[in-house]
Amino acid sequence: MRFLDTFFDGVVMAKYLPDLLLAIVTTLWLSAIIVIGGLALGLALACLRTLGRWYLTLPIVAFADIGRAMPPLVVILIFYFGLPGLGISLSGPMVLILVLGGVLAAFAEEIFWAGLTAVPKGQWEAGRATGLSFAQTLFDVALPQAIRLGIPPLVNRALAITKMTALGSVIGVKEILAVSSSAQSFSGSATPLTMAALAYLAIFLPVVILSRLAERRYAWSV
Amino acid sequence: MSNFIDLFFNLDIMGQAWPLLFKGLIITLKLCAVVIGLGVVGGLLLALGALSPRRWLKWPAVGFIDLFRALPPLVLLIFVYSGLPFAGLDLSPFMAVVIAFFLNNSAYFAEVFRAGIQSVPKGQTEAARATGLGAAQTLIQVVLPQAVRNVLPDLLSNTVEVVKLTSLASVVSLSELLYSANMARSVTYNSSPLVLAALIYLAILWPLVRLISRYQRGIAVH
Repeated sequence: MRFLDTFFDGVVMAKYLPDLLLAIVTTLWLSAIIVIGGLALGLALACLRTLGRWYLTLPIVAFADIGRAMPPLVVILIFYFGLPGLGISLSGPMVLILVLGGVLAAFAEEIFWAGLTAVPKGQWEAGRATGLSFAQTLFDVALPQAIRLGIPPLVNRALAITKMTALGSVIGVKEILAVSSSAQSFSGSATPLTMAALAYLAIFLPVVILSRLAERRYAWSV
Repeated sequence: MSNFIDLFFNLDIMGQAWPLLFKGLIITLKLCAVVIGLGVVGGLLLALGALSPRRWLKWPAVGFIDLFRALPPLVLLIFVYSGLPFAGLDLSPFMAVVIAFFLNNSAYFAEVFRAGIQSVPKGQTEAARATGLGAAQTLIQVVLPQAVRNVLPDLLSNTVEVVKLTSLASVVSLSELLYSANMARSVTYNSSPLVLAALIYLAILWPLVRLISRYQRGIAVH
């Protein structure tokens, strides 16, 4: 019974539910912007890389490598605490969007690029030989296959990145974890943390299960 | 420009912060060793459970994997660190981090091992059993070596994720690399210690990230 009171206190739940719902909305719109922006940027970078110009490839590869190797929290802290010194003050949500969107773009670029290199050279040549332009070959022949190959890893990566919106709690973004942490310290009960865990499960468990289905559907069958 | 260098690449401040960051780095490395070791072992056992034909073994394993893939690691960490004391379990930051990341990593490693084991043709197991090898021998000497080879890039990229993940331990005041760097930042009012920490992470992880890209291209070509 003591366990129930500590982790599932009905009074505490009712009290903090409105705040938590607002926080869920924040987490959702942040996630949407990060996923859409990150995937779009990653796709654009992978397409630019197919042009094969060193002055494009070099910065793209450097960006993708650094984005994949750097812990996001380090970059978030540098942006949030360091940039104001240069006169650039970004809000917490803005920092989160820039950093997590950038990290997703780095991973997405590598995934799209791996997919593009998986398309046999003969298809590029055949596309060009039948009179398609380079852009047409890229967008109508190579890219659809690359995207299909990339779906399972992209779903996993997008999921991992959206879970990282919880890092916003460190820089004062009022998302699920931040709101429930402060509710926990105000109420002196662990219940808000349970609510946070349940909220995340409600959002992400369906995605995890969907990603299993996607994996089966799009498994290397091209 | 000189302002930028002063704020982000101040060598004097980096020099002063270095002893503190070095201590943090040692803790980060220890943490990585413990968490990766536990995650690999736990993940392998979970994968075997998830692939088992016995239902009472399969469904709990799959449930565990999906549950902890759906929860953001930071939420898990905060839950373990500030939630469990309410249940009478007081944990040191190090233990809290190890427990939370074990739950998270073993679920991720389990998915990788599962994919690897499934990629080994059934005939291999049947042939091994038919030539008189026991079930354990078949698994250890025939299936696992091939499984690990097939998912080596994923194992590597998971390992990179774990190293990056350890930076979250700074949130519960475990004095690892990022925590030390952030301490040094708040004392010196200068972001150079954070940049130094970023460079250290980059030095450790960049070679691994390059290696992963090489593998992906290798797969793509064949």
